[in-house]
Amino acid sequence: MAADRSGTAGASSKGAPAGRKSPGGPQAGGSLGGQITKILLLGLFTALGVWAVLPLYLAGLWWGIGLVVAVVAFVYWVYFSKRTVPAKYLVPGVLFLMAFQIFPVLYTMSTSLTNMSDGHRGSKDQAIASIEAFSVTRDADSREFVLTVAANGDPETGELVFLLSDGEGGTYAGTEEGLTDLVGAQVDDSGKITDTIGYTVLTPAQVNSRSDELQEFAVPTDKGAGIRSSGLSSAFEGNAVRVYDESCDCIEDTETGVVYHADDERGAFYDEDGQRLPQGWQVGVGLDNFLRFLFDPTFASSFFGTLVWNIVFAVTVTFLVFVVGLAVALTLHVPKMRGKVVYRILVVLPYAMSSLAMYLLWRDMFNADFGLFNRMLGLQVDWLGDVWAARFAVILANVWLGYPYMFLVATGALQAIPRELGQAAQLDGAGPWQAFRHVTLPLLMVAMTPILISTFAFNFNNFNAVWLITRGGPFGSEGTTAGGATDLLITYTYRLAFSEATAQYGYAAALSVMIFLIVSVMSVVTLSRTKALQEVER
Amino acid sequence: MSCKLLLTSHHQACPQRTRNLQNRMHALRQSSRKEDTMRSRSASAVAGIAAIALMATACGGDGDTGGGEEGSAEGTLVIWSDPERADAIQSAAAEFAEANGIEVDVQNVSFDDIQGDIVNAHQAGNAPDVFIGAHDWTGNLLRNGTVQPIELPTDRAESLDETAVEAMTLEGQLLGVPYAQENIFLMRNTELAPDAPETFEELVEVGTDLKDDGETSEVLAMAVGQEGDPFRMNALMTSAGGYLFGQDDNGDWDPEDLGIGSDETIEAMEKIAEYGEEGEGVLRRSIDLENEASLFFDGEAPFFVAGPWNVGDANTSDIEYEISAIPGFDGLDPASPYIGYQGFFVTEGSANSALAEEFVVNYVTDSDFIQTLYDADPRTPVQAEALEAVSEADPNIALMAETGENGMPMPNIPEMGETWEPLGVAQAQIISGADAREALETAHEAVAERIGR
Repeated sequence: MAADRSGTAGASSKGAPAGRKSPGGPQAGGSLGGQITKILLLGLFTALGVWAVLPLYLAGLWWGIGLVVAVVAFVYWVYFSKRTVPAKYLVPGVLFLMAFQIFPVLYTMSTSLTNMSDGHRGSKDQAIASIEAFSVTRDADSREFVLTVAANGDPETGELVFLLSDGEGGTYAGTEEGLTDLVGAQVDDSGKITDTIGYTVLTPAQVNSRSDELQEFAVPTDKGAGIRSSGLSSAFEGNAVRVYDESCDCIEDTETGVVYHADDERGAFYDEDGQRLPQGWQVGVGLDNFLRFLFDPTFASSFFGTLVWNIVFAVTVTFLVFVVGLAVALTLHVPKMRGKVVYRILVVLPYAMSSLAMYLLWRDMFNADFGLFNRMLGLQVDWLGDVWAARFAVILANVWLGYPYMFLVATGALQAIPRELGQAAQLDGAGPWQAFRHVTLPLLMVAMTPILISTFAFNFNNFNAVWLITRGGPFGSEGTTAGGATDLLITYTYRLAFSEATAQYGYAAALSVMIFLIVSVMSVVTLSRTKALQEVER
Repeated sequence: MSCKLLLTSHHQACPQRTRNLQNRMHALRQSSRKEDTMRSRSASAVAGIAAIALMATACGGDGDTGGGEEGSAEGTLVIWSDPERADAIQSAAAEFAEANGIEVDVQNVSFDDIQGDIVNAHQAGNAPDVFIGAHDWTGNLLRNGTVQPIELPTDRAESLDETAVEAMTLEGQLLGVPYAQENIFLMRNTELAPDAPETFEELVEVGTDLKDDGETSEVLAMAVGQEGDPFRMNALMTSAGGYLFGQDDNGDWDPEDLGIGSDETIEAMEKIAEYGEEGEGVLRRSIDLENEASLFFDGEAPFFVAGPWNVGDANTSDIEYEISAIPGFDGLDPASPYIGYQGFFVTEGSANSALAEEFVVNYVTDSDFIQTLYDADPRTPVQAEALEAVSEADPNIALMAETGENGMPMPNIPEMGETWEPLGVAQAQIISGADAREALETAHEAVAERIGR
């Protein structure tokens, strides 16, 4: 757009602040259209900045606001300065990189150093509040009332008053000071006080708007936690059984007399026998999560066992996919071949279908009693229950789903290689295999190597392939914690972290960091080795 | 033949298959979403930097759980429900909204996702005011402080089934208000098997005769799968004397008394193994949640361990069926299927806590409201009046309630979640012919380690 108009509008524009001589080319602000686009984009960016500041302001996070302001100011500087041409191109990419790559990695790393998990999500204060709230009980002789919420004076600001009737004719007014008898109240059939002198009865919406106050409000009585509301029309006398004592940093159960002491290393309250209260809080645990699977005997052996199979799986799949894909591409590359388009469409079909559905279909085909394979071939193989059969099944399904992609890439690469090279090699007396091996393949590998590395990295973390077919199984006699025969690190992590009810974010984050490191190291090593190979070939 | 079976079973099982696929996709999405939420949660610092990210992309979050527009705001009561019941709740709650001068907004979340999402959303401060849930979530909701305890006035509490209220209670606190229950039962093809079997032995005998005559290809459609199905297996396991958790004097589940590796459970599973792959071949890992229903609806199996969720499909199929209790073993205890309760919870820290409490205390226990929900999604009500009204209209409801008479509420302690997977894998191994003692003792150790006992 901007470039189109630069020829006509640009010449007549008067007030463009950024001169046309700036070295940034046509985008740097020469044309009116370009200027408008730039102003719009910056305006949008600023609006987003304001939008981002609002929640930070409400949360009182001043350094966060400072960061947003700094980023906005930096972007303004970059796009209005004439000296920052490279930055104009780099800034968006870098911001994306920080937001979607670097920040998640750093956040995962910081999470891996905590015990964040179900029961250890919030802060200690939240845990204490929850423990106390859940300890308010009602015993047999505690009283129950029909409640009307009223206020002393103005419905919005007046002090809250509970108008209570006990169903036996007694009516009371409960304030923060205590319970007093109420005279002259009008009571309806359900026992609810509808009107009284001196207090303003609140409508449901008015009560609701004061929900926070109501949560805290209790009419003190001679025992326990006082009279609290439950909904709009009932109140009961409760008794707080567990009370937090700041002086000893502990919680005492007044009913049983058991004292639970805060353990700031484990993030929960424990009694002398090691019994804990269910509500805990998040604490830093240092490198414990990493030590757990590197040195704990059960975890360590399963971790390394899984790692070995993970590598075997990724290498095998990548290799087979490459071989099959290339073989098909070579076959369809033969000039004399007829109906190439039809074949190519057929070959690409598995790639075009939803892999999620395809994996499920494959799993059904592997069913030992009802699956297609055993029925058609008359086999009795326990595909998903036998260790090696399951591994074979997972690899087979993956090769089937993966080779069309390799075929596409190889076809493209083959077409870029001049046929004359092959013909020249044949003239020199090379057989077809020799021509392929020494002329076509090396040229092909230049294009294919990065693809192979990314295929390897993808398959190393191919969660769907394993989870949807075997869910990591079959499992040995050691059970699920040891990892299944087809478990990849990522499915193993997933099961340990999110299996059933307990989400262990800290531990999962530690495993994710390990996977990240392993894949990074492998990719770097492979890349540098291919570079070395290319040097040699030259 | 082989192809035909595969194709027809595909055709028949279509609704269920899609549902399973959806569940699976949900599981996947949930996994990624859990991580997303994990990143976006924590300190508000995160929100600040995430905001910068959003500034750069100029696009909002996916609005699933992270979106700020969801969650509770004063004046609008936000309720999370599964899509099946959302419309019914919305229309029923309209009356409540009008009477109290507020708005009610029912938002759809897949039932399987609610538990995980609610805990994350609560932590992030954008949870709804009220949500629908199952009683076995209570342990996890309690330890994360996600919900606030509820006090039911005596008359309201008395109108509800006592076991249902107990099932929703933990540490002496009522966490949610139950409205319906469900349990698994035996569905039989009355053309093939006219009489309800009294014992499991009888069931196997009838089924085996039919199979030998070539009428059917299976004796019983009971999902086991590669990873086992302890939810369904519990009926048979308890009949043979096995147990998962013991109960203390008050009838509360006792995580100290873990029964997986106990002699009783090992004996029970040995008994069940007689019907496994190395024995009679009635229970097999190849029968799983994907194909169990189609086996029954195709007439390939005379008996089916089914749940209320299968009744809709059964009514539209051309199979003549009847519902009865899952039979126990001859001379042993009756089979005790797990009973699940569903109810409504109030989120801790809700901006509309007064009305949220009012809603669950006085509205969810109202028989009109329960009937509206029943019409949308038939489950056995736990409120006496509603149960009576519903049973009159639908004889299956009374039958289903009967099949749950020997049932036991699924344990609701947090430790329960850790037992499913190890126990399931052990059960699947035993069905495949592995040594029961070895498998169960390993599972016992794994669970004991996870729950820290």
